[in-house]
Amino acid sequence: MIDLVAIEKSYGRLSVLKGLSVRLERGRVTAVVGHNGSGKTTLIKILLGLVRPDAGHVVFGGERLRGGFRYRERVGYMPQAADFPGNLTGREILALVEDLRGNPAGVDESLVAAFGLEAELDKPLRTLSGGTRQKVSAALAFRFRPDVLVLDEPTAGLDPVASGTLKDAIRAAREAGAAVLLTSHVMSEIDELADDLVFLLDGQVRFRGRVADLKRETGEAHLERAVARMMTGPAPLDLENAA
Amino acid sequence: MNTTIKIVRYELSDVLRGKWVVAYGAFFWLVTDALLRFGGGTKALLSLVNVVLLLIPLVSLVFGTTYLYHARAFNMLLLTQPVSRRSLFAGLYAGLALPLATAFAVGVSLPFAYRGLEAGHAGALATLLACGILLTGIFTALAFWVALRFEEKIKGLGAALVLWLAAAVLYDGAVLLAAHAFAAYPLEQPMLVLMVLNPIDLARVLLLMALDASALMGYTGAVFERFFGSMLGAAVSVGALGAWLALPLGLALGRFRRQDF
Repeated sequence: MIDLVAIEKSYGRLSVLKGLSVRLERGRVTAVVGHNGSGKTTLIKILLGLVRPDAGHVVFGGERLRGGFRYRERVGYMPQAADFPGNLTGREILALVEDLRGNPAGVDESLVAAFGLEAELDKPLRTLSGGTRQKVSAALAFRFRPDVLVLDEPTAGLDPVASGTLKDAIRAAREAGAAVLLTSHVMSEIDELADDLVFLLDGQVRFRGRVADLKRETGEAHLERAVARMMTGPAPLDLENAA
Repeated sequence: MNTTIKIVRYELSDVLRGKWVVAYGAFFWLVTDALLRFGGGTKALLSLVNVVLLLIPLVSLVFGTTYLYHARAFNMLLLTQPVSRRSLFAGLYAGLALPLATAFAVGVSLPFAYRGLEAGHAGALATLLACGILLTGIFTALAFWVALRFEEKIKGLGAALVLWLAAAVLYDGAVLLAAHAFAAYPLEQPMLVLMVLNPIDLARVLLLMALDASALMGYTGAVFERFFGSMLGAAVSVGALGAWLALPLGLALGRFRRQDF
């Protein structure tokens, strides 16, 4: 569905991404993990066209992106911290985005209902709590039944109930054939949701492959231990290409 | 409907919701009304010219920069949607320049509408409105360029104020100083060039011409009269103001399309 190919990006003298390649597949959840500042968010922003890579390119649905913007009709994005224009209400945001996208697939109201957001949608966003804003952000990302979901630490700041609701929504999107990119620092969550794993270290891919393969390869039953073992291991693991 | 128009419509409602643009229009209305009430005639228009030449660049620069810094979250949201950077930029620019120009034009025109316009002043009023609208466009574009140039809001606002001070005050000071220093030489031609190079001065000269007040400028005024009265002069003025609009707008758009969000 999506290929990020040999992406390089530096901010001034700071090199953030050093030629990394990541693939997202339909009907699979790909988790991107790494330390703070390892380039996860930059990678996501390049996929969305918010940041221009210095080298490399993105292939979306078989077509190479050259500064186009139409493809974003098919992408739902949930940023790390939902920073909305504060004087708008949630309903106005939803209406504005709906107006801009023309939503060919129709809207999905289920998350608004599942989160119990109906009453919150008429309040200005700046008056809402961080968690509630995060719920609005999630409802917006899933609303247009996108083929690709990009979720940057989606459950951070959500209470356990809302977190469970969101995970159900992610699973449902995967069943419906969406390609999902997910970042998180909570390994149990990735263990629960992800099919594939990409581990970033210093702007390069340290590991790329199936979660199940990683566990088998490292001989650990829990992802947390498997990742820890990989972080201290000697060479990069690329199970996808080795297999 | 076109994406740009949707964005403009949204920005308009947002700008109007913040009441300051209404206050800006009301200010022009009050000033014009007061000038017509207490003086009237050419004097009122001349005073109005000075208010317009100082205030429009200042307000456009300050509002323009704050508006763009304020729009960051909105830009992030929109650029993750199927929206091109070009149409977002056009929407942001029109969404601010249009209400600013409208507030000015309506505020100044209203008092003339109910107090009546003296014979022979129609051309001057039209020139005033045209210059005010152009200056709004020019300095909003400059504000966008400054705001995109500086990451930090405080620096951007500072740069905008310095820019205003330079264009509205320091430039004239430097011109006067030069005129004084080279008083022994014929300065009409260099003065003409200097006036065309600064949009505020160019607008001032055009307005003084329209008000038949060029006599105030002595012999230089006569040279200006001859130049700006000619077809060439008119073409040069329009060209210079057009360039002042296009250049910062192009630079700002270039930055907006290249930059990382």
